[in-house]
Amino acid sequence: MEYHLKTPLKLEDIEKLNAGDIVYISGEILTARDEAHARILEMEEKGEKLPFSLEGAVIYHCGPLMKQTENGWKVVSAGPTTSGRMSKMTPSLLKANDVRAIIGKGGMKSIADALKNRCVYLAYTGGCAALAAELIKEVKTVHWLDLGMPEAVWVLRVEDFGPLIVGIDTKGTDIFAEVREKAQKQLEKQE
Amino acid sequence: MWGARYLNIKNKKALRNLSHETLTVYPVQNIYSCLLFVLKNSFLLYNGDLLSTKISRESFIRSIADLLRKAEIELPDDVANALRKAETAEENQVAKSQLQAILKNLEIAKKHGVPMCQDTGIMIFFAEIGTEFQSGFDLEAAIREAVTIATAEIPLRPNAVDPLTRKNSGNNTGVGIPDIHWKFVPGNQLKITAAPKGAGSENMSYLRMFNPTEIGNIKNFVLETVVNAGGMPCPPLTIGVGIGGSFDAAARLAKEALLEPLDAPMEGLEKEIFEAVNTLGIGCMGLGGSTTALAVHVKTAHCHTASLPVAINIQCWANRHASVVFRGDE
Repeated sequence: MEYHLKTPLKLEDIEKLNAGDIVYISGEILTARDEAHARILEMEEKGEKLPFSLEGAVIYHCGPLMKQTENGWKVVSAGPTTSGRMSKMTPSLLKANDVRAIIGKGGMKSIADALKNRCVYLAYTGGCAALAAELIKEVKTVHWLDLGMPEAVWVLRVEDFGPLIVGIDTKGTDIFAEVREKAQKQLEKQE
Repeated sequence: MWGARYLNIKNKKALRNLSHETLTVYPVQNIYSCLLFVLKNSFLLYNGDLLSTKISRESFIRSIADLLRKAEIELPDDVANALRKAETAEENQVAKSQLQAILKNLEIAKKHGVPMCQDTGIMIFFAEIGTEFQSGFDLEAAIREAVTIATAEIPLRPNAVDPLTRKNSGNNTGVGIPDIHWKFVPGNQLKITAAPKGAGSENMSYLRMFNPTEIGNIKNFVLETVVNAGGMPCPPLTIGVGIGGSFDAAARLAKEALLEPLDAPMEGLEKEIFEAVNTLGIGCMGLGGSTTALAVHVKTAHCHTASLPVAINIQCWANRHASVVFRGDE
């Protein structure tokens, strides 16, 4: 199935998605990777308010390449980064916030339970940064630029951002885990 | 580089001083830098000493910055062909869609002259310097300068950080970066290969010191590494395996193996590992499918009788590299 969704996402938007479906997203997405995740958790632990809302948000695991022009920031290249690095921090992030979709590449280990009934994981083709940049229409704002260009939180307006493959759905089906399990069995056969 | 070509017509001798392996593929990205090149080198045309014996520092820096541009924007033909072949052969529809996205991405990057991936990598160079080649200037410092120019000009994502404070240098240089590997070869040429390496796949690489009697475990070590990595290193992969040497030499061999042409026939252990990897079903981006690796290349060196170092360097589908050759005077 193919779906075109608009942000902010509601729970019913994502509950209908099944692993293997194709999704396109329009609206606002936020980039966040290692350092931004760490800072979000740190601030929440201290009870501080984040400078952006994560209500119905779509988090994009991406460290974009941006260019500053007279008319503000421009996206040069913005493909997904390896989501696996955020595996440990994501459950805490999801507990405190209603993030409804995570876009990244490569899947995340042992995360299906934390996503259950809350959030979907959408796989975007790794390395396809030039393609992604075409679908990002505007850099709305940037937070935490002190973390460096790749690690800052960039708020982006996208149109039909995709194709995204539902890698992990809200029912706990995880394509990456299934593929890994099959590969593991194949490996054992070889030994 | 049109500037170089223009000069070459004016002065045949200059042709020997600066010769790109693939002269025509250099697009004129910036008319200003091109003019500047002509101006600077026109000056050198009147400076008999420099021209007759050496390439100029300016033209060298320009060529290296252009080399990086080429490496970041366009894949070598053998790599692009291997990806096309994988797309045609793939029967898993999800994997096929991913390979199609990769091919479309390559087209867009080329069309707009932008890096194919936002992870423009850590700057790695392989230099083969002729024993008779003389530059008359500090080549390493010039490469470093070219990296900072390319970072601002293309632009490239500043990726180089201090390993402990994580402070970004902002220009892709730092202690030990760019990482330049020198090798002496006979002759009077200097060949430089730029191979900017992304972290997603580099992070999935491994090195293990085996017992000398464990040769039979090498294949399994590679398979385990690929299974553990799953979709994280952006398959389809090129897998470089370095066997022998020492702890660090094995890793170097593995990285050099990534530069081997993908259409070169695989033999013996390479073929055995390649076929086994592609039975794993990890596929493009770890979403399943038949092409997990595009190639496996093995490089070996003699090692201590008591050791067997094995390094596996994992490369994502964007196996970026480009080379340029500078010719010394004859």
